[in-house]
Amino acid sequence: MPHFPVLRWGEPYKSLDVETVVHFATGETLGEVSQANGGIIARDMRKAHRAREVLREIPIPELLKRLSSAADKFLNDELPAGDGTQTPQQYVTCQSATTGLPEHMCRANMEKLHFVLTNLEQILNALTRNLNPKILSDGYALEDDIMRSRQALTPALGMVLPSNSPGTHGLWLPVIALQIGLVLKPGPQEPWTPYRMAEAFFQSGIPREAIALYPGGIEAGRAVVEHVPRKMIFGSIQTVEQYRGDESVQVHGPGYSKILIGEDMVDQWEDYLDILVDSVVINGGRSCINCSGIWAPRHTKEIAEAMGERMGKIAPLPPDDPDAPLAAFTIKQQAEGINTLIENGIKEDGIEDVAARYRDGERHIVEERCAYLRPTLLHCPSPEMTMANTEYMFPFASVVECPQNEMLDRIGGTLVGTILSNDESFRRKAVDAMHIDRLNLGPIPTFKIDWLQPHEGNIIEFLFRERALQIA
Amino acid sequence: MTPTMIDSPSTQRIDEAKEALDAHVRDMAQWHFSPETGCPYWLEWAGNADWDPASEITCYADLLRFPNFDGELLRTLPHEQWVPKAYGDRPFHIFETGGTTGMPKQRIQWDDYKIDYELFSETLDPEAFPRGGYWLMVGPTGPRRLRLSIEHLANHMGCSCYFVDLDPRWVKKVIANKKMDQAKDYMKHVIDQALLILQNRTVNALFTTPRLLETLSEHVSIPETGIKGVFCGGTEMSPQYTRFLIEEVLENKTKLVPTYGNTLMGLACSRPLTADDNYSITYHAPQPRAAMRVVDPDNPDALIEYDQWGRVELTTLTKEFFMPRFLERDEAIRRHPCEQFPWDGVGDVRPFRAMQETIVEGVY
Repeated sequence: MPHFPVLRWGEPYKSLDVETVVHFATGETLGEVSQANGGIIARDMRKAHRAREVLREIPIPELLKRLSSAADKFLNDELPAGDGTQTPQQYVTCQSATTGLPEHMCRANMEKLHFVLTNLEQILNALTRNLNPKILSDGYALEDDIMRSRQALTPALGMVLPSNSPGTHGLWLPVIALQIGLVLKPGPQEPWTPYRMAEAFFQSGIPREAIALYPGGIEAGRAVVEHVPRKMIFGSIQTVEQYRGDESVQVHGPGYSKILIGEDMVDQWEDYLDILVDSVVINGGRSCINCSGIWAPRHTKEIAEAMGERMGKIAPLPPDDPDAPLAAFTIKQQAEGINTLIENGIKEDGIEDVAARYRDGERHIVEERCAYLRPTLLHCPSPEMTMANTEYMFPFASVVECPQNEMLDRIGGTLVGTILSNDESFRRKAVDAMHIDRLNLGPIPTFKIDWLQPHEGNIIEFLFRERALQIA
Repeated sequence: MTPTMIDSPSTQRIDEAKEALDAHVRDMAQWHFSPETGCPYWLEWAGNADWDPASEITCYADLLRFPNFDGELLRTLPHEQWVPKAYGDRPFHIFETGGTTGMPKQRIQWDDYKIDYELFSETLDPEAFPRGGYWLMVGPTGPRRLRLSIEHLANHMGCSCYFVDLDPRWVKKVIANKKMDQAKDYMKHVIDQALLILQNRTVNALFTTPRLLETLSEHVSIPETGIKGVFCGGTEMSPQYTRFLIEEVLENKTKLVPTYGNTLMGLACSRPLTADDNYSITYHAPQPRAAMRVVDPDNPDALIEYDQWGRVELTTLTKEFFMPRFLERDEAIRRHPCEQFPWDGVGDVRPFRAMQETIVEGVY
């Protein structure tokens, strides 16, 4: 059983407090993880400037090469894992075993991270609008006789990572290339990716002093938030509210991603059925970019019926099955709680779980050490209903009947909004809607992410500020 | 070879300690249950019992004949009920426990705190706590006996002491109300005062809480201030946290002496801390004036096995105060005796999780 130490700017530290990570279905212990107390993080952050210093000694183009090499190592090599080693397949198996995600989804996430790392140059060019990297390194440079300056707002980015969504690791991958250090607090059930990626970085020549890994409890998460000048955290809508207005924190909460069908295209809804269903069910419905609402001015019963028929038939398969469509809830009570909320929600007059009619059995499947929730598709005849704008961590969506001219006012915060309409006026209003973060105009599934565009804020703008600089 | 303080003691040492405790228990039973010396509460209690504690209590084990002491009595009964007749009209100190969950428990005292801390002084390493010089206490003063006790301890060791107050009742209240900004501001206010003293005066020894010590060290190097020894107590210290304090906060230079105590007991001593013990803290009661057992939470009459977790039971046995078998709001691992303290110890003390009261162990 491997032991994963705390990495204090690359230096392993075995703590006296350890936690184990266990297989969600068998209870087998898969690893032991040292736990950082908050004080350790507070003290180490005094040396955070060193992370930026060592990275600035390596030009950004060279860092990009090394990160590209790290991408291949991450995907293909047997790498150190704590005090042992880990093959790519072992990584996939372990991640699946502790997060509940089917192995093929873990593999897909792995490939996604590889893609991001190997395309970092393009991604950074897009996010910086082709800014000369020297400006980020040196703080300023002349471009076409114009002085341009960017000032790093932090020597390192803090990340308090979730356990249940390995895809989120893509967000921190560009940071090292920006010569900013990383302070990662892995999710308790998902230490695998931060450690494997850090090792891939080290093996490719990224200085160890640039990366700190602090597995630990709530106290460790708090310390990262308190002591790192810029940080990303993941949490519920309450967490989002808690940090609203705090520009040092970027909070990634629920997505409430939606597909809005306009008057002009709703009669052809059947042409888009694949996009509708895939947007809800792909990746086990676990992501913030999965669709949780389909809003249309009419035909909502028919849309719900067609989607419910496809989704209702989806049932859990073993995690190593290449077609496994659902992720397990490794905390059984969580599935039970969600199921109760849904059951209470659908008591409201007029709401129906259409998928239930096509499901052979209950939504909530309880196994010895885990649980599953089978896909659920509600029909809500009015946007007033509570369940019209709800999101859960499995394939769950509501088909909501709503006049087109009211949709944008009623959908609430929406991470990804896909507009199925050629009505220029509707599209223009969607472009102007401040509560839609990523906007897709046309038949684009909500989960289809263009990495050349910012996600919940531009990370360059989060880590650097533009300022005036004059030299006599 | 001369045994070290943490070696296992000989059977003879254990037997001698047990005999000393038994003899002290007999003396205290006679004192507290004799009309010439006892207090109204215990005399009345014995009057209602169908046995005579003064003559029938012959050893520590006999204290099992008493039920667990009801701490509520210290909140509700008039102080006069607890005045041993032998103390007559002599005015007393009133010391309070936490008080974070309503009316605090109050214990009256005359000289106990002085005696307890003088005895404690004998356990201190003179290199870390030299005679003469100045101490600083940063922690709860107010109605607790700690303030007077620390000052007396310092004076007893030829030192004088500076004080910075911290009101744990306020800290716990703001944390319970999730006003973390207020808690931080208050912490800063306390730390700023301590830093002011350290920047302007020479201090050799510090008494504070773990969190305050940690925060202080984020502003100054504790060893570089000249502080040679630190007493630390008040909240839970896990082995990892203790290691962190020794290795990083005190830079392996300033000596850490963990303390476990309260108004009801006195001050328990920690056996010397070593890396070999994985920095696990074990406290030993100041026998025979107080004794601790680690008992089965579901059957407090029964001791828990060694190296197992149980609830801490405290018995206080001084002429001023008799408190048999009080169940503390802490749990701990029952530890074997050691050469320095040849009686059971309590290890890795932490709040008793099963208690229904919500205990806030805050920033202080």
